[in-house]
Amino acid sequence: MRASRNGSIWQHVDWITIGLFLALVFFGWMNIYGASYTFDQTSIVDFSNRAGKQFAWIMGSLVLGGVLLLIDYKTYDVLAYIAYGAMLLLLLVTPFLAHDIKGSMSWISLGPVSLQPAEFAKCIVALAVAKYMGRYEYKLRGWRDLIIPFALIGVPALIIMVLQKETGSALVFAAFLLVFYRQGMSGYVLWTGVAAVALFIISIRWGEVVLPLGSGNAGMLTCMLLLTAVEIFFVCKEHKMRWQLLILIGSVIVIYGISLIINIWVTVPFNWIAVGVVIALMLYTIFVSVYWRKYQLLLVAAFCFFCIGYTQACDFVFTRVLQPHQRIRIEVLLGMKEDPAGAGYNVNQARIAIGSGRFFGKGYLNGTQTKLQFVPEQDTDFIFCTVGEEWGFLGSIGVLLVYLWFILRLIGIAERQRSTFTQIYAYAVASIFLFHLTINVGMVLGLLPVIGIPLPFFSYGGSSLWGFTLLLFILLRLDAARMEQLR
Amino acid sequence: MINDQFYKRRYVISGIAVVVVLVYIIRLFYLQVIDQSTAGQADNNALVKQTIFPSRGLIYDRNGELLVFNQPIYEITLTMREMGKDWDTTAFCQCLQISRAEFDERIEEIKDRRKNRGYSRWTPQIFMSQLKKEDIATLQESMFLFPGIHIQKRTLRDYTYNAAAHVLGSVGEVNQNDLDRDPYYARGDYSGRDGLERTYEKELRGEKGVEVLMRDSRGRMQGSYQDGALDRTAKAGTDLHTTLDIRLQMLAEELLAGKIGSAVAIEPKTGEILALASNPAWNPKVLVGKERSKNYNILLQDKTKPLLNRATQATYSPGSTFKTIQSLVCLEQGAITPNTLYPCSGPGSTPIKCTHHHGSPVALDRAIEQSCNPYFWCAFRDLLQMDGYGKDNEDFRRRYELWRDAVMSFGLGQRFTDSDLNEQSAGSIPSTRLFDKFYGKTGWKAITIRSLSIGQGEILVTPLQLANQAATIANEGYYITPHLNKNDSMLEHIHKLDIKKQHFDAVKEGMHRVMIYGTGRHFAIDSLHMAGKTGTVQNPHGRDHAIFIGFAPVDDPQIAVAVVVENAGFGATWACPIATMMIEQYLTGEVKRKDLRKRIGESVLNESVKKW
Repeated sequence: MRASRNGSIWQHVDWITIGLFLALVFFGWMNIYGASYTFDQTSIVDFSNRAGKQFAWIMGSLVLGGVLLLIDYKTYDVLAYIAYGAMLLLLLVTPFLAHDIKGSMSWISLGPVSLQPAEFAKCIVALAVAKYMGRYEYKLRGWRDLIIPFALIGVPALIIMVLQKETGSALVFAAFLLVFYRQGMSGYVLWTGVAAVALFIISIRWGEVVLPLGSGNAGMLTCMLLLTAVEIFFVCKEHKMRWQLLILIGSVIVIYGISLIINIWVTVPFNWIAVGVVIALMLYTIFVSVYWRKYQLLLVAAFCFFCIGYTQACDFVFTRVLQPHQRIRIEVLLGMKEDPAGAGYNVNQARIAIGSGRFFGKGYLNGTQTKLQFVPEQDTDFIFCTVGEEWGFLGSIGVLLVYLWFILRLIGIAERQRSTFTQIYAYAVASIFLFHLTINVGMVLGLLPVIGIPLPFFSYGGSSLWGFTLLLFILLRLDAARMEQLR
Repeated sequence: MINDQFYKRRYVISGIAVVVVLVYIIRLFYLQVIDQSTAGQADNNALVKQTIFPSRGLIYDRNGELLVFNQPIYEITLTMREMGKDWDTTAFCQCLQISRAEFDERIEEIKDRRKNRGYSRWTPQIFMSQLKKEDIATLQESMFLFPGIHIQKRTLRDYTYNAAAHVLGSVGEVNQNDLDRDPYYARGDYSGRDGLERTYEKELRGEKGVEVLMRDSRGRMQGSYQDGALDRTAKAGTDLHTTLDIRLQMLAEELLAGKIGSAVAIEPKTGEILALASNPAWNPKVLVGKERSKNYNILLQDKTKPLLNRATQATYSPGSTFKTIQSLVCLEQGAITPNTLYPCSGPGSTPIKCTHHHGSPVALDRAIEQSCNPYFWCAFRDLLQMDGYGKDNEDFRRRYELWRDAVMSFGLGQRFTDSDLNEQSAGSIPSTRLFDKFYGKTGWKAITIRSLSIGQGEILVTPLQLANQAATIANEGYYITPHLNKNDSMLEHIHKLDIKKQHFDAVKEGMHRVMIYGTGRHFAIDSLHMAGKTGTVQNPHGRDHAIFIGFAPVDDPQIAVAVVVENAGFGATWACPIATMMIEQYLTGEVKRKDLRKRIGESVLNESVKKW
């Protein structure tokens, strides 16, 4: 029985995922060769260049994957907490052992190679979260049940962000929100996240635009108008009465109309009028929730209250809390500043590289932008430029579609699990890959600010490749054992 | 899973993944298919187009003597953007043996957009130009130390002889006008500015080549792009074989030394210009390279106007040389016959006195020989009054028009528009309109314009036109547009005159007699059978201009000459000897009259004429 089970691991393992993995790794490797290609280059497996080194890492990752598949699947469950503890220790120690590499304290040198423990942390946190939330007695009923999972991802994220100064790697843990969502966390949390980003962008982007009438700025006013709309929407949704909606919208319009008329004689601070409207509606919402006993409306009121403070704080966060280089990246992204030689250089050169690839690309090893090193970090975080330049629109969407297939496949795997542990872990894996893809490609395409995280399997680097291999092959091993779960 | 109330959320999460990828595909479509700007930007980043300059065509004389050739020079360009932070300025200055201060000053100049309108950090800017091979030797060995530095090879003109400056012209940097007109040129290119260099610019310049190189982000060259598929080799310019005889040209310039004047020699049968000398002139070597603008300014300021090509641009009244044409027109239009006699009372004649003493009455040949003013006045008068004056002076004015057309058919009073000579003046033969305006339609008669009869007054011609006139008489009724490019295609530019061949016999006989018995007799060489006509042109601004036209041998003319020496006095004294020596040189290959050559060549008539 046991022998047959061991023998059958190769039958139960998901070969399609392995195939996608191999395709991505191989194509990534080709592009690393393209990105680091120079004219006196001899061979693709020359170990003195990056393509050669990556080849070694790939071979290592295949061995690692094989080993992971051969380990008993229960091991991962059993070792999850121990590994988590060990990982926290390693993350804490890392800054003291690390050399400063471009301001980051996350690299440990082991002889000829450097490793980044943060890359392996994702996998271990995923296991720990899966183990905690996969317990039989665990049930996600309210926010109290999320305290421990949030702590599990928050602690390593904080260590990585504060001590190791790797903002990008820390942000990856936000991917776990999707996992919690799948397990029953309220969808409003995601919406709140979206709202927070939107309000932040609006108040920063238009914060300096002075209104043509009265006093105040366009950013703040827009935020407040949005909040007004949110409040009216939720109150009327609960009331289910049309005339309420009309009265509320009517009174808001009347208030703004009167302000406009007053503005003829006195300069009206429209910002504060808008805040006043939001607060008045908030009080009305509280009144309604108590009167009709719809206490969930209190959350809406709380949300608006929080948002008023938040929009006031955005400017403070932006100018004081963010580092200057982060600030300028955001300003460049939002089109508030042009800086093609400085902060915008990477993004601009990336745009040129991708754009100049046109529909069919310049052909493998023919990309001038990448071959002549106009795009910094072109073989690591900006590797997608090489794809865009040398393989064109066709190649780029090809890669994106393979990724999409890969991620949807992982979600499919997650959904076929009988074990909650494996399902949660599988969602963690899928979410982490999705997060990396979104942030990395979004950055290269100039849609998101520059956040230095790798494109899985494509970016040069042993730690990230092995980290993703670990993540993926543990899942494949757990998945291969899904039939044994109920026995 | 059983009782999974959140089962549908898998679609939300999958949907997020699909939307993200979809948004990115739309963005890629915008960047890679719609937005066209980036392809050019990538090429700007990576490709450097290095121009390869062709060598300019050489210029030869009619006997294959090399007149103009090229010498290599080098210029150093630098691209600011490619100069890294650790660029060793001190070492660079040492290589070029310039001081740090000079270097800084030059960099300031390059960056100053008022002085250097095309400045850009991204493109090569000229740092130093016109350097000799030895100047750049040290730098060339250590080029790799200085990213952004290029050495560009160009050529400068050089000249075998200090002669023919006006004809050859010069080469200089192109101006904004050229850049706008011809996309071939780039800032800093050279082109022919005047003379033959300008006329035959398109042939001489050849075709620039280009080498497309790749440059990496730090400005290091990484070899040729696509294995040189886009490269183009430079095509050398076509050599130009001119009609000039450099020995004759140099003799003419030697004889004109110290005087203001010009000499033109034409081969009558072909219209080929054998010599075209104008003095004062300059050494063509001084309008080359670094010294060009300085020397050009000196020439421009010079009161003797050396930049003016007097042979083609100065206009003079033809004086007595015009009597040859007067005779031909009067014969052709029937005012006189070779046997018509007119009386001459010598200096007592009216309305025009004669400057010579000779028998009376005279026939045409003697009249030409003795340059008899009254004869030509009478002939001109009779021609114009042939039909009387008519109503409103109309018959007279029509006669004048006919006379004017006949005179202009010799090429006088107009530019040779089909010639390859760039700088030409038209001169003028006054029209009836001019006199109408001046005197009113009925206000002028033959007597009013009497000075035209002897080539004075409002008639203005260039020395080139005079030489062409001599060639036309030598050819007995046709000329080929005077030109400088020795190829047979110009032979088609033939201009036939409406004058019967026999009329030329009398005139040629007269001109031959001038050289035997008349004003030219002192300088003629009998064995060469010269024909000629002297002229002494009254000049309101000073001494008379000396003019001579002639050709030889009379029976089979090989050369036609016109010489003008300003403010020299009698044509017979100054212009005639220069012309006869030129004929002697051309027909016999040498000037035997060494003393005459020395005396004329060394006489200084104008102290301010400078020798370069």
